[in-house]
Amino acid sequence: MSAHDHDIKTWVGRSIRRVEDPALITGRGRFTGDLAAQRWVSFVRSPVASGRIKAITLPPGAMVITAADLDGVKPIRPMLHKFNYIPISHPVLADGVVRFMGEPVAVVVADSEEDAEDIAEQVELEIEETPPLVDARAAIGEGAPAVHSEAPANVIVEGRVKTPGFDDVWTSAAQIVSVDIRSRRQNALPLEPRGAHAAFDSVSGRITLTCSTQMPHLMRTAIADLVGIPESDLRVIAPDVGGGFGQKMSLTPEYVALVWLARRLRMSVAWTEDRRENLIACFHSRDQYVTLQGAFASDGKLLALSADVLANIGAYSCFPTTCAVEPLMAMAEMPGPYDVRAYACHARGVVTNTCPMAPYRGVSRPVITLALERLMDKAAKTLALDLVDIRRRNLITTFPYTSATGLVFDDASYRETMEIAVEALDIPGFRQRQAEARKHNRYLGIGLATFSERTGYGTPAFAARGMEITPGWEVVDLSMDPSGRVEARIGASPHGQGLRTTLAQIVADQVGVDPSKVTVVHGDTDRTPYGFGTFASRSAVIAGGATLLAARKVRSKLLQIAGRLLEADPDEIELEDGAAKVKGTNRFLPVEQVARAAYHKAHLFTDLGPGLSETASYDPGGTFSNACHAVIVEVDVETGGVKIERYIVAEDAGRLINPMIAEGQIHGGVAQGIANALYEEIIYDETGNILTTTLADYLPPTSHEIPAIEIFHLETLTGDTLTQAKGLGEGGAIGAPAAIINAINDALSPFDITLNEAPATPQRIHTALQQSGKWS
Amino acid sequence: MTKKTDVTLNINGQTHNVSVEPRRTLADAIREDCGQTGTHIGCEHGVCGACTVLIEGVPARSCLMFAVQADGKAIRTVEGLAEGGKLHPLQQAFMDCHGLQCGFCTPGFLMLATGVLEREPDISDEDLVDVLSSNLCRCTGYQNIIKAVRMAAEQMRSS
Ligand code: FES
Ligand code: FES
Repeated sequence: MSAHDHDIKTWVGRSIRRVEDPALITGRGRFTGDLAAQRWVSFVRSPVASGRIKAITLPPGAMVITAADLDGVKPIRPMLHKFNYIPISHPVLADGVVRFMGEPVAVVVADSEEDAEDIAEQVELEIEETPPLVDARAAIGEGAPAVHSEAPANVIVEGRVKTPGFDDVWTSAAQIVSVDIRSRRQNALPLEPRGAHAAFDSVSGRITLTCSTQMPHLMRTAIADLVGIPESDLRVIAPDVGGGFGQKMSLTPEYVALVWLARRLRMSVAWTEDRRENLIACFHSRDQYVTLQGAFASDGKLLALSADVLANIGAYSCFPTTCAVEPLMAMAEMPGPYDVRAYACHARGVVTNTCPMAPYRGVSRPVITLALERLMDKAAKTLALDLVDIRRRNLITTFPYTSATGLVFDDASYRETMEIAVEALDIPGFRQRQAEARKHNRYLGIGLATFSERTGYGTPAFAARGMEITPGWEVVDLSMDPSGRVEARIGASPHGQGLRTTLAQIVADQVGVDPSKVTVVHGDTDRTPYGFGTFASRSAVIAGGATLLAARKVRSKLLQIAGRLLEADPDEIELEDGAAKVKGTNRFLPVEQVARAAYHKAHLFTDLGPGLSETASYDPGGTFSNACHAVIVEVDVETGGVKIERYIVAEDAGRLINPMIAEGQIHGGVAQGIANALYEEIIYDETGNILTTTLADYLPPTSHEIPAIEIFHLETLTGDTLTQAKGLGEGGAIGAPAAIINAINDALSPFDITLNEAPATPQRIHTALQQSGKWS
Repeated sequence: MTKKTDVTLNINGQTHNVSVEPRRTLADAIREDCGQTGTHIGCEHGVCGACTVLIEGVPARSCLMFAVQADGKAIRTVEGLAEGGKLHPLQQAFMDCHGLQCGFCTPGFLMLATGVLEREPDISDEDLVDVLSSNLCRCTGYQNIIKAVRMAAEQMRSS
């Protein structure tokens, strides 16, 4: 509890310690890989990016499953009913054709993990290679081979928008400014790789799949469908999950294979992904080209925006969001926090012979923000405006605001967060220091990134996308037992966010008990109501809202029962400190006595019904968080290295339920954003082979590279969500690439650098310096 | 299958007589043969540090060692950190400072920091950041981990 917490009467708003921690810090966390199985599995993966499988030769006596054995298992076929989407099939094991390096071709089953790996190495694949496509631009080039025959042009999703009268506005502008952005491939890289344990129960015939996932209920639906069993025959458990960041929200073919195997062998089988598999074959992200053009008036007002988005979605579309999530979100949200009425966009998702892409923390917005904020800086330079002024002239300031693409922004603080960040940065002071430093050949720069982050989407937002499965709502089952303890069973499924603590705080305020008396149960389809899981910064908003509703129902019943027991009007009762008190008197009852009466004296409350169990669902329209990131960097022009001197985040995520947890989310997000901006890149060579297969080649930052982050909170309480919270899990990752790359450009402005690529590696900075012709 | 060798692993003062293939890593032996699953595996190639344990008081990557190399040595893992139900100052500090989110890297960081603070209680703040840079965390952005270790270091010095 921090000092100012003492002023807060509610549990919501306090930085209480996490209930998740005691188990995790004593080695009693339970992760998927901790479970022992009767058999172990290893996947044989394609060593090439593209080709036809001629023969698979198995070592004698080994148990190896190939596509031909998976009779009755359907391919994964994510669907979207819009945007010229071409459905393509993703076989659980490669069926005659391999489409990316690392694609699973066969499964080996053995008594130990080591044996399974040994045997997998002895499986011989004869593959006739065909020319691979690695790059999105190459994939839409003339004469490019088709990755899937269903999609001869390799474009599997395509959207266009153009607001009426766009062309007139465009031609009337004083200045057209254009940026070409390249965002390279990344891996979300949860520290715990994927893993699954599938066990067959010989009595019930059911399978229990324990796996590292963010959405257990949807895994159950999808896998039961593909394997051809009723959902009730499958139980999915997401135990402690060692990070997900979106990578663990998409269906993974390996888990389907495990369920099938457990059923076939009638025993337990397990697989733990190793880091190499994670780097080559577990969903990548970010790989995009964006060309963004802005038509500005001479005073810096943005009049029109035109975008072209090309996303390399890899070899297959991901379930459940489909590969459309990146390009179409870019199309819908590109204007970001800027007030611009004329907008045009062409967005495409193209297939290539690379690992499939899936949502990763921030989804599309890191690239949108990079493009928009580069555009703003470039326009400021072109129009001889200050980088803050140009933003001041264009940020949305009146709410609700309906965007050019029809999104309705609730109350936000784009201008205010920027002013806070800018003030903290002290730009005049910095400019002096920058000029001084330059005299000594030291290059400092500042960068800003202001953005909006759509969070807590309900079904209307998802339905607009045309997904086959429309997520959005969450259900919470909440009961107080006769001893006054509360259990909340939720469909959301956290993986490090501390949601058990956050929701316990919401419940505690309603029913008047300490949060330690509230247990939040998640991650088990047998124990929790159907729900969509934890992704898209939704849990505090949607699961939080459902929790609040269910807790209010229990509260109302507690008040009525207490009223009768205490012979007072329910309105006169307050629930706090574990007691039901009659206001202004010394009459009270411990909450557990009220709870006990609900169960054991039901004859007194026949009109209320027995017990204290309530269910509630919540399906909000969605909301928008916002933030401004401001950063100071120093670029070493000799080495091309970038050092972050200061990192400021002014964030507005509405009501902060637990500020400590909220700040932790920002820290973690910013660290991943810094990684995106400077370090991490999955590198393919032209044959489609991955060169970054270990953590010695793929470079996640350490405590050395991540600075202390200064956070300023604004709390614009939204009326559009029940908890007044807006969701903030992704924001950190959204702002960092833009702010840092802008800062690098500012630092190198004496050289007239344009660097529009993430990550800005030393090599890229060097190349840019050399190309500038002003550096030798 | 290769022939197995008998080894004695002494983990947190308890003796585990196990029979392992010579190629079995110490991390796998601790987790699977001795059932101490608090030690985690994040990369199996020595970079992430999730598997860090103390061997004769020195932090070591248990994925880079074979179990046979640890025969008879004193091994400490996260399960042995709290004594008599009382949390180690580092564990307490990680909780107080929100030094963990998913908790997967946490055992490795706790053991790394324990090893360092026991050998070098007066380590400077700067050197601590240096030492902590040998382990990866994907969730916290490190800031709160650094804060927690500094706080624990101070407490351990004053107690
Ligand atoms: S698992 Fe040993 S260092 Fe990563
Ligand atoms: S807390 Fe998740 S990796 Fe560190």
